[in-house]
Amino acid sequence: MKLLTCPVNGTRPLSEFVFGGELRAMPDPAAVSDSAWAAYVYNRSGAPGLKKEWWYHSPSGTWFVAERNTLTDQVARTYLYGQENQA
Amino acid sequence: MPLRLLKYALSRKHPAPRFFRDCTEPKKSYDAVIIGGGGHGLAAAYYLAKDHGITNVAVLEKGNTGRNTTIVRSNYLTPEGVNFYDASVKIYEGLSEELDINLFYSTRGHFTLAHTESALRTMRWRAEVNKHVGVDSYVVGPDDISRACPQLDISCSGKAPILGALYHGPGSIARHDAVAWGYARGADSMGVEIFQNTEVTGLDIQSGKIKGVHTSRGYIATNKVLSAVAGFTPRITNMAGVDTPIVIHPLQACVSEPMKPWLDTILVSGSLHVYVSQSSRGELVMGSSLDPYEVHSTRSSLDFVEGLTSHMLDMFPFLSNVKIVRQWAGMADMTPDFSPIMGTTPVEGFYLDAGWGTWGFKATPISGKTMAATMANDKAPELIQPFRLSRFEDYDLTGEKGAASVGH
Repeated sequence: MKLLTCPVNGTRPLSEFVFGGELRAMPDPAAVSDSAWAAYVYNRSGAPGLKKEWWYHSPSGTWFVAERNTLTDQVARTYLYGQENQA
Repeated sequence: MPLRLLKYALSRKHPAPRFFRDCTEPKKSYDAVIIGGGGHGLAAAYYLAKDHGITNVAVLEKGNTGRNTTIVRSNYLTPEGVNFYDASVKIYEGLSEELDINLFYSTRGHFTLAHTESALRTMRWRAEVNKHVGVDSYVVGPDDISRACPQLDISCSGKAPILGALYHGPGSIARHDAVAWGYARGADSMGVEIFQNTEVTGLDIQSGKIKGVHTSRGYIATNKVLSAVAGFTPRITNMAGVDTPIVIHPLQACVSEPMKPWLDTILVSGSLHVYVSQSSRGELVMGSSLDPYEVHSTRSSLDFVEGLTSHMLDMFPFLSNVKIVRQWAGMADMTPDFSPIMGTTPVEGFYLDAGWGTWGFKATPISGKTMAATMANDKAPELIQPFRLSRFEDYDLTGEKGAASVGH
């Protein structure tokens, strides 16, 4: 069984978690051009590597950030959003 | 194995037939380079040579092909998709003869099962679009399904009773490796050079134009490069500096031990995440939905087999003693609208055949043909315009909910 560590609830089976996609900075919709906005909406960094991702622990309703290598599927660390430096 | 077969293995008089030359030393330059020697890349090479007379072509491949579940059909949801996949089915039907290789192309009829009212509504929608475009496709009730496949438990163990299905007569299966072998041999016989175990390490782009390809076998100069690398697409597009919406999810499949023929249709259930057919060898070929998160790996998992087989047993309880003999995963290059990305890119001479997610095998012939035309004319044919990369920037998506593994 694969495991993932929720920063609030500790290590739990992966089946309790939902993948929420890559953590990305949103540009100001009022300030950017249409094509830059389309690039934000659709384009992704699809190549493998260590990425910051949103994950959701569904029994407790906790959203958090996981740093995961998408080539090896190894999670480097997890932390609540905004608490990167305390993790 | 009968011992007398051994004498053929050891005999020089009866060498194993080669389908294409064993190329190892690339020339300094080619008219076109195709990255990816799967079905799509080899088909593009074949049609470049056959339709357009461009034979000075190198195909580079670092791995393998054939991680799909071999289903061919055209009962999609959008008119653009139906037209495109129908053109593919029509080429497939005559392909064994054209390539002079037995593809075991077998037209079985294809049922997409509906377990809910909303799924049935989507089936009706698809049937109407299909009929409008001239594709044989209509909605049938549970009795028709039982007649075609008496072994199926229509109530699915009482959990998800089948209300109806979308029936698609031309739905077929084919031997997927033979498709690649056939195109490879055809391309090779016209002069195309195929380099195995050759990895692309970089692209040479100068002032927005492609000039060459860096490979593990050295530098190759060329003005036209096609990327047809499925799950490796983001790595190649990164080399070209081209942004795409593609994300990689593993798609898993497995086969059972061989049985006497009993299943002569192809069955798909979106709700139960199962698609199944019986191959000419008697194995059940089974696939499921995408893995739920991004991984660049072809590892398979126990979770997948457990989930898939439990749903298979809901449909066919009598299979409980049948063993799974092999499982595998492919890297599916998913797009947000479940349509491929085909055609030109912002880099001149760099062409993309990607975003094939879970629907690539059935499109092999037509994608090869249309990408060859794109490379020869530097312009994508009308048929694949709806799949252009710039559709995202234009907010003009081609939402294809008829794709495999899409829930309804």
